[in-house]
Amino acid sequence: MELTLWTYEGPPHIGAMRIATSMKKLHYVLHAPQGDTYADLLFTMIERRGSRPPVTYTTFQARDLGGDTAELVKGHIKEAVDRFKPETLLVGESCTAELIQDQPGSLAKGMGFDIPIVSLELPAYSKKENWGGSETFYQIVRTLLKDQSNESKHTWQEEKRRPRVNLLGPTLLGFRCRDDVLEIQKLLGQYGIDVNVVAPLGASPADIMRIPNADVNVCLYPEIAESTCIWLERNLNIPFTTTVPLGVGATQDFLKELHEVLEMEIPQSVNESNNSKLTWYSNSVDSNYLTGKRVFIFGDGTHALAAARIATEELGFKVVGLGTYSREMARKVRPAAKALGLEALITNDYLEVEDAIKETSPELVLGTQMERHSAKRLGIPCAVISTPMHVQDVPARYSPQMGWEGANVIFDDWVHPLMMGLEEHLIGMFKHDFEFVDGHQSHLGHLGGKGTENINQGVKTTISNDSTNTSNNPIWTHEGERELSKIPFFVRGKVRRNTENYARQAGCREINEETLYDAKAHYKA
Amino acid sequence: MSGATLLKESGPKEVFCGLTSIVWLHRRMPDAFFLVVGSRTCAHLIQSAAGVMIFAEPRFGTAILEERDLAGLADAHDELNRVVKNLLARRPEIKTLFLVGSCPSEVIKIDLSRVAENLNIELKGQVTVLNYSGSGIETTFTQGEDGALKALIPLMPKSDQKKLLLVGTLANAVEDRLISIFKRLGIDNVESFPPRQSTELPSIGPETKVLLTQPYLTDTARELKNKGAEIIEAPFPLGVTGSTLWIQAAANSFGIDKSIVDSILNPLISRAKQALAPHVEKLSGKKLFLLPESQLEIPLARFLSNECGMEIVEIGTPYLNRDLMKAEIDLLPPECRIVEGQHVEKQLDRVRDSSPDLVVCGMGLANPLEAEGISTKWSIEMVFSPIHGIDQASDLAELFSRPLRRHDILKPKTLTSN
Repeated sequence: MELTLWTYEGPPHIGAMRIATSMKKLHYVLHAPQGDTYADLLFTMIERRGSRPPVTYTTFQARDLGGDTAELVKGHIKEAVDRFKPETLLVGESCTAELIQDQPGSLAKGMGFDIPIVSLELPAYSKKENWGGSETFYQIVRTLLKDQSNESKHTWQEEKRRPRVNLLGPTLLGFRCRDDVLEIQKLLGQYGIDVNVVAPLGASPADIMRIPNADVNVCLYPEIAESTCIWLERNLNIPFTTTVPLGVGATQDFLKELHEVLEMEIPQSVNESNNSKLTWYSNSVDSNYLTGKRVFIFGDGTHALAAARIATEELGFKVVGLGTYSREMARKVRPAAKALGLEALITNDYLEVEDAIKETSPELVLGTQMERHSAKRLGIPCAVISTPMHVQDVPARYSPQMGWEGANVIFDDWVHPLMMGLEEHLIGMFKHDFEFVDGHQSHLGHLGGKGTENINQGVKTTISNDSTNTSNNPIWTHEGERELSKIPFFVRGKVRRNTENYARQAGCREINEETLYDAKAHYKA
Repeated sequence: MSGATLLKESGPKEVFCGLTSIVWLHRRMPDAFFLVVGSRTCAHLIQSAAGVMIFAEPRFGTAILEERDLAGLADAHDELNRVVKNLLARRPEIKTLFLVGSCPSEVIKIDLSRVAENLNIELKGQVTVLNYSGSGIETTFTQGEDGALKALIPLMPKSDQKKLLLVGTLANAVEDRLISIFKRLGIDNVESFPPRQSTELPSIGPETKVLLTQPYLTDTARELKNKGAEIIEAPFPLGVTGSTLWIQAAANSFGIDKSIVDSILNPLISRAKQALAPHVEKLSGKKLFLLPESQLEIPLARFLSNECGMEIVEIGTPYLNRDLMKAEIDLLPPECRIVEGQHVEKQLDRVRDSSPDLVVCGMGLANPLEAEGISTKWSIEMVFSPIHGIDQASDLAELFSRPLRRHDILKPKTLTSN
C-alpha cells in the first residue's frame, strides 16, 4: 500500500484512453464502475477538447455484481458498436473490473463482429498511465499489422521518391504534442523528408495500416512509442531514431541520426546553430546573468533528460537536481544525473521532490504541475516542462517544445519566470532604495506585490521555526539578522541555511555579522 | 404527488462517485482527514476533480492498493495500519480520520470498520477513526457526504434541549446568515451538522428538530430519526419560495406565530424578488435541461421554472428519494419529466433533439456541449457556491443567467468541434 496525496500518473487505463481519444474511428469499451467516467474531464477540461472521448463505460453497480456482469458487458459492447460503428474496437477494464474477472476482451471476440478487436490487459495494481498508453498503442499496431509481411520492401532510393517517415508517440494529454508534430513536420519538409503517418495522434486504423510504407520511424515520445518502434523494427524491418529533438543540440543530433538511418547526406545547415534564436539569445550580453543559475529538474523521463541537456549546454545553468516519476525511464535518467555529478531522484512522491527542492534551494524549478505548487510554496520561480499539467499549460498560441521553434519557446518559458539580467543587477545595486522593497520583481506581475510578501514571510517563518526547533542550531544575533536582511531576498534563504551549516561545522553557537562573512568566504573558497 | 412524470433509465452513466464529496467536506472540517482506501484511479479522480482548487497540502489522500495487497486480506489490514500511523505521525493536527471505502476495497472486502475499531483502541482517543463508503458501485457524487455524516452520528452526544439542527454542508457565510434569521424569529438554539470542527459535534435527542439543507442526505436523515430527532418536512432552501417555505416549516415546528414570521421574512422576500428581476428577464422562456449529478437538480428546476420562468425539458437525477423530495416534486409544474438513473448517450440525444438554451451537467460533458453551441453550467458549482437562502436567490439565478449572457455577447459563433 502506498500513501499518496497527489499522483504524477493516472492508472494504466487512462493511458489507453489517451491513445483511443487521440485516434479516429476507434472506440473503447471500458468495463468500469460509475465514477471512473471522471476521466472524460481530463480531455474536455484540461485539454479543452470539444468532443467526448470515444469511450463507453459499462458503469456497473454493486447490485450488478450478484448477477451476470458478463451479459452487462456484452450489452454495452453491442450498443457501442451499433451506435459508433468503429473501424477497430478496444476492450479493456479499469482497476475494479480487473478484480471481478469478466474478461471483456474475450467476450467481445466471441460476439462475431467483423472489425478488429484489441483486447487490453493493463494490470492496474502494478502499472501506470504511460505504461498503459505504450501497451495500448503497441497492441493496436500489432493487431492491425500482424499479417503484413516485410518482403518486397523497397528503399526510397530504389523507388526514386522522397524518403518517408512516421512520427510515432504523440498523444492527447502529452506535453505540447500537437504543436511538436507540426514543428517536426515542417522541419522534415525543409530537409526533403515526407511524413507518412503520425500516430496515435490523429490516426485512424486505416492510417495504422499504412505505417509499413515508411522508411524510418521517428520515435518522438519514447514513453509511448518505444515498444511499438522495437516491434516494427523486428517484424517489419523498419528502423527507428532514438534522439528526441528537444533543444538545439538534440535537434541537430536528431537530424544527423535520421539522415544516417535514411542513408542521406547530411546537409551543412543541420550544424548551423542559428536555426534557432535560442543560441544567440543565450550568447547575448543580457543573458550573462543566467550563468550558473541553479536549476532543479523533475518530470517525465523524456522531458527531464532533454531539460538537463538544454539547461547545461544551451543556457549555462547549473543543474542541482534531476529526476523523474517514470520508473520505466530510470535507466536513462540515472546515468544522465551521474554525468552531472548528481544522484537521480526516481520517485512517485511529490513531497519527496519538494524536500529535494528545499534541500538544494535552486533559483528555478523545471517541473510538472506538482512542482509548480511546491515551488509556489517555497517562493521559487517555476516553469512547467512535462505532464501532469494544468489547463494553463495547454496554451492557445502555437508553442512547440521540439525543433528550432521549440527551442525558442523553451528559452522564453524558462527565462521568463526569472528576473531579466539588468534588473537583477539593479536590485543588487539599489536594494536600499525604497522602491526596491522585498518581493519587488518589476515586470513579474505574478510574483510581485503583496502575494510575494506573504510567500516570503511564509518561507522565512518556516525557516526560523526550523532553526528554533533543533537544539544544536546556532542562534542569530541581532547584528547577524540585520546583515542577513541586506542580502537580496531571492538568495537570502540559501545564505541563511549555508551560514547555519557553516556555524554548526565551525562550532559557533551564535551567528553575528562576522560569522556571515566567514561563511561567505568559506563557501566561495 | 403532482403530475410530474417519473421515469427510470439505465445504461452508461456519466456521474462522479461519492469519493468526490471529499473535496468540499475537507474544507468544512479542517481538523479532519479523508483517507481513501482504493486504487490509483481513486487518487487520480480526486486530484482531477479538486486539483485546480487546492494549493496547500490537501487534507485527503489515498492508500493505493498494490498487487501484493490483493494477495491476502490480513496483509491489507496491516498495511493500512502502517499507512495510517505514518500519516498521523506527519499530520499531528488531525483529530478525525475518515477511512473512505472505494470500489476496489469493497470488491475485495477490506473490512474498514474493523480497521477503524482496532485503530481507535490503539490510538486511545487521540484521533477518532471512522469509516464510510464513497465507492462508485454504491454511491454517486453527493452521496459521499451522506455517508460521512452518517458515520459521525454515533459520536453525537445526547441532549434533551430543544434545538434546531441544520444538516448538510453549507458555505460558512450562508450558514451564519441563516442562523441569524432563525434567531430573529426567536429560535435561539441553532446548530449545524457537519460542524466546522469535526470534534465539536452537536448533541441530539428527542427535542432536536432537523432541517435538511441538502437533498442528498437520505441515510443521515434516517439515522437522526433513529436517534429520536424529528425531521421537519420542507422543500429545500433554494430560491425565494423554497427558502421561505423551509424557514416557515421550522418556525411552525417551533410554534412561532405566523405574523412574526411574515413580518421578518416579507421584507427579505420583496428585496430578493427585486434582485431577482434582471435575471428573470434573461432566463424567462429559456429551455433548461438538467443532467443527473448533484441531487440538487429537482430543487433547482423548481426554482428556475417557478421563479425564473424557465421551461424545463427534463430533470435528470442519479436517484430519487421520494420521501425527501415529496415537497419539492409537489411544487413542480405538472408537465415536468423527471428521469432517474441515466443512459448518457440516449439522454444526450434528447438534449440535442430539444435544443435547450442551457444544460446543467457534469464537468466531463460541459465543453463538448459548448462546442455544439449549447450553453452549460457545471453541477459541481452548486455544491461549492453559497446559494442557499432567500438573500442568495439572485446569486443562484446569476449562475444560470451568466452563461446565457455570455452566449449573447460572444460573436460571431465560429465554434467547431475539434
